[in-house]
Amino acid sequence: MIDAASSRSDSRPAASFDLFGFLARYGTLIALLLLIVFNLFFTRNFATLQTLNVNLTQVCTIVIVATGMTLVIATGGIDLSVGSIMAIAGALAPLIFLSPVFGGNVALAVAVGMAAAILAATLCGLFNGWLVAQFRIQPIVATLILFIAGRGIAQAMTNSNLQVFRVPEFQWIGLGRPLGIPVQVIIMVALVIIAAWMLRRTRFGRSILATGGNERAAELAGIAVKRTKLAVYAISGFCAGIAGLVVIAINSASDANLVGLGMELDAIAAVAVGGTLLVGGRATILGTLLGALTIQLVRYTLLANGVPDAAALIVKAAIIAFAVWLQQQRRA
Amino acid sequence: MNRAQYARLVGTYGVLIALAALILFGWWRYDNFLSAFNVTTVVRYNAMFALIALGMCFVIMTGGIDLSVGSTAALGSVAAAMASHYGMAAGIGGGVGAGLLVGFVNGLLVTRANIMPFIATLSTLLAASGAALLLSKQTSVPISPTSGFMLVGHGMLWIIPVPAAIAIIAYLLGAILLNYTSTGRTVLAIGGGEDASRLMGLPVARVTFLVYLASGGLAGMAGVLLAALGFAGQPTEGVGWELFAIAAVVVGGTLLTGGSGSVLTTLAGVLLLGILFNVLNFENGKGWISLSAAWQSVVRGLFLLAVVLLQARLTRQHTRSA
Repeated sequence: MIDAASSRSDSRPAASFDLFGFLARYGTLIALLLLIVFNLFFTRNFATLQTLNVNLTQVCTIVIVATGMTLVIATGGIDLSVGSIMAIAGALAPLIFLSPVFGGNVALAVAVGMAAAILAATLCGLFNGWLVAQFRIQPIVATLILFIAGRGIAQAMTNSNLQVFRVPEFQWIGLGRPLGIPVQVIIMVALVIIAAWMLRRTRFGRSILATGGNERAAELAGIAVKRTKLAVYAISGFCAGIAGLVVIAINSASDANLVGLGMELDAIAAVAVGGTLLVGGRATILGTLLGALTIQLVRYTLLANGVPDAAALIVKAAIIAFAVWLQQQRRA
Repeated sequence: MNRAQYARLVGTYGVLIALAALILFGWWRYDNFLSAFNVTTVVRYNAMFALIALGMCFVIMTGGIDLSVGSTAALGSVAAAMASHYGMAAGIGGGVGAGLLVGFVNGLLVTRANIMPFIATLSTLLAASGAALLLSKQTSVPISPTSGFMLVGHGMLWIIPVPAAIAIIAYLLGAILLNYTSTGRTVLAIGGGEDASRLMGLPVARVTFLVYLASGGLAGMAGVLLAALGFAGQPTEGVGWELFAIAAVVVGGTLLTGGSGSVLTTLAGVLLLGILFNVLNFENGKGWISLSAAWQSVVRGLFLLAVVLLQARLTRQHTRSA
C-alpha cells in the first residue's frame, strides 16, 4: 500500500496525498480490523459470543445517541444536551410505569411510560432546534441550556432518588434476547440503517447536508433550512430518549445523577472518529458506527490486557486526535 | 442614540446592571448577605471559576473553545497537592505547570496539527482526566499540612481572601493585555477573521498558541486553589466546569463566534452565576420556598436561556439597523 503510493509519487508530485486520502477514508475500518486481529492473537477468550455481546451492549447506547448526533453535526450544529435528555427520559418512564394509576395493567403502563419518555425527549430536542433555527443561537450555547437544566429537571422529577424496579415487560428492551441477539443491538442496527438510508437517499437527507455545507446557499436554493434544523435536533432528542430507556432497562434502576453522564462527549468522539466533518456538510452514519466500535474495542483491548482504565482514557484521547488529524490531511 | 448603540450598551453593561441589581436585592432581602463571612466565602469559591472563565474568554475571542479546562483543573489540583510537600511555591508551580502542559498540547494540536479546537480540547479533556487518575491512583491526594500551601486557599491579604486577590490580579493583567497590547488586539483580529489576520501579517499561529497555553495555565492555577481550598488534590473534580465557564463568558456578553469580548464583563458573568446560586441558598434559608440543588441548576439553565434570548434579540436589531 505504501509502495503503491510512493511509486505513484514519481509520476505525480501530489501523490502522497493519496495515501492520506486512502487512510482518511478507510483508516477507521483498517484500525478496527487491526484491533480485531490483534485481539484474536493476544486476548484470551476474544472469539466468543460473550465477548461480542459485552462489547455490543456497551457500545449500543453510544451508537444510538451518536446516530442522532451525526445528523445534527451534518447540519453544522452540535448537541451537548443528549446526556441530560437521556436522564429525563430515564427518570420519566419509571415514574409512569411504576405509578399505581394503571391498576394492574402492566403492558399499558409500560407502553404509556415509554411513549411519554420518548415524546418528552423528542420535545427537548425540538426545544433545542427551536432555539437554533428560530433565534439563530449558536448550537453549543443553545444545547448548553438543556445540558445544565435538563439533568436538574430529571433530578427534580425523582427528588434525586434512585428508582429501582423489576418490570420484565419494560426491561425487555435492555435484557431481551430474541434469537440470541440483544434487543438493544437490534434497535441500534435498525436506527443506523434507517438513518443511513435517510441521509443518502431521501430529500431530507440532502437538505441536511446542504444546510451544513452552505446554509445561505441552501436557503437560496429553496431548502427549508429552519425545518431541517428543527427536525435533526428533534431526532437527536428522540435517539437520546431511546438510549436513556435502554440504559435504565439494563441497570434495573434509574439514577438521574448518572444516566447519560458524559454521553455527549462519547457520541461526538464517535462521530468525529467516524469521519463526519464537524463543520457540517459531509456525514457518514456507517462511519459513526465504525468510530464507536473502534473506540469501544480499543478500551476493551486495553482493559482485557490489564491496562488500567485511566491509561485507556489517554489512549482514547490520542486516537480521537489522530483520527481527526488524519481526516484533516485529506482536506488540506 | 440610535438603536444599534443602545443594543451595544445593553450588551456591554447589561450584565453589570443585572449583577448590581442582584446584589441590591440580596442586601435588601437577607440579613447576612453582605456579611464578611458570606462575601469572603462566595468570592473564595468563585475565584476558581473566575480564573477558568478568563482563559476561556480569551480562547473564545479567537473563535475557538477549550473544553479541557475542567479536567486540567483536576490534574492541576493533583499535581499541586503532590508538589505541596516541597513547599508552597512548589505546590503552586506544580499545579500551574501541569496546566501549562495541557495548554501546550492544546496549542500544538490547534495551531500545528490544525485540529478543530472543539475536538482537540475534547481529546485533552479525556487525556488530562486520565493523567489525573493515574497520578493520584484514583483517590484524593492530601496536601502537605505544614508547608503553608493551604494559605493559597484560606489565607487573607488584609481583607481580601488570597484566591480572590489572585483572580483580581489575573483579570487586571488580562484586561491590560487585551486592550493595550498588540497581542490582545491580535486575539480579537483572529476571532474577527483568521484568514484576513494572516494576510495582514499578524502572528496568528503564535497568538493562538499563547491563548491556549494561557487557558491551560489558568486552569492549572484553578486546580491549585481547588487543592488548597479542599486540602486535597481531587482527580474526579472539575466535571462540567468547562461548560460553566462557557456559560459565564456568554452571560458576560462575549459572542461565541469570536472577534469581540470583554474581560471585565466575563468576571461579572462569573459573579452573576455564582451569586445567583448564593441567593437561592439564602432564599432556601428563609423557608418560603425550598429549592433543591436540582432546581438550582434548572434556574441556572433558565437564566442562561433568558440571557441568550436577549442577546439574540439585541444582535439581530444590531445587524438590522447596521
